[in-house]
Amino acid sequence: MFKDIEHLIRLAAVIALALAAFVILRAAVVPLSFGQYGHYRGAAISEVASRPMAFAGHEACEGCHTDVVDQKKLGKHVVVACEACHGALAKHADDPGSVQPPKLDTAVVCARCHEANSAKPKGFPQVATADHSGGLACSTCHQPHRPKIETAKIETEGKK
Amino acid sequence: MDITRRRLLVLLPAAAVAWRYVLAGTPEASPNYRLTEHWWGMLIDIPKCIGCGSCVRACAEENDVPEGYYRTWIERYHVLDWPVERPEVESPNGGKYGFPPRAEDGKNFFVPKLCNHCAESPCTQVCPVGATFVSPDGVVLVDKNYCLGCRYCVQACPYGCRFINPKTKTAEKCTLCYHRITKGLTTACCEVCPTGARQLADLKNPKDPIHEFLRTHTVQVLKPHMATGAKVFYNGMDGSVR
Repeated sequence: MFKDIEHLIRLAAVIALALAAFVILRAAVVPLSFGQYGHYRGAAISEVASRPMAFAGHEACEGCHTDVVDQKKLGKHVVVACEACHGALAKHADDPGSVQPPKLDTAVVCARCHEANSAKPKGFPQVATADHSGGLACSTCHQPHRPKIETAKIETEGKK
Repeated sequence: MDITRRRLLVLLPAAAVAWRYVLAGTPEASPNYRLTEHWWGMLIDIPKCIGCGSCVRACAEENDVPEGYYRTWIERYHVLDWPVERPEVESPNGGKYGFPPRAEDGKNFFVPKLCNHCAESPCTQVCPVGATFVSPDGVVLVDKNYCLGCRYCVQACPYGCRFINPKTKTAEKCTLCYHRITKGLTTACCEVCPTGARQLADLKNPKDPIHEFLRTHTVQVLKPHMATGAKVFYNGMDGSVR
């Protein structure tokens, strides 16, 4: 039929080989989970999710430190999570015995929120710490977990 | 062992099979978490923000954010009576260490910013290799093993939420603390926010207080004209914020 059919068969063989090489290479190079949810590697989702945590979350603290929870309930700091002041303590929550949280300097920690600033909401309690305490640690007068000074109220009671 | 031609022919396919399992990644990190049952976003209550910088510090610690780069940051707006649409905005160190005092010289307030986790995110659309994507639960994530570091997404984000990590040279951004929210915890920034100015919101959870809040408040997203489908909702945002 064709005089030089040999040429066509060779060409077909080359194309078939190239196609096979492409399919094999593609299968080897494209990750298994690519396209599982969309045009991306599906396994990336669980990789991002497997990162270790630094902050334990206040529920972890409240399991043991019930005395502090009771104290906080009596004051406005009830809404402030433990790690907002005490810092990231997932390591302490995992191993309370050997990892101890650092002692806090209330003169620094309290000022982060309560130092007066014109951009803060007007209803938020703020002081110019230099005038208010002159660098004295806030915990000299205030109990950080229940910051309102109750004794002052008792002293003035009945004198109004 | 000498590598003969015969051994090589056996080893090559074996290596290819092994490599597929390497690329397939780690097994599911949180087995009880269902991707299709959540649609994450956040609520930011501007009148509650005190600019303390707790969120910025917590984010940096939780996610190993390099110094000088921010996945979340706080801006201080200074708005005069006129022109309101040209506010003075400052964010020293992203607000990480708080803000210096300033006189009562106009309307001053804080606006926390982070990735808006857009449903129609411009940043994922420009990625040439599929290294960034909106996950089925509505979080914009980066696959750092797949990212080339081409910076297209950094340019595409209208909110300036992305940067190239100077160590890994790959794109980085807020993951909405994906490693925490998939385990039933809130994000690090929401956890430490002392006034509740930031609230994680699951828009697919009918019991989430976000629905009641959105119904009863006048809430806006940033740059709504860009139709990004942003899911970080701002309460109490005035006309100067952009």
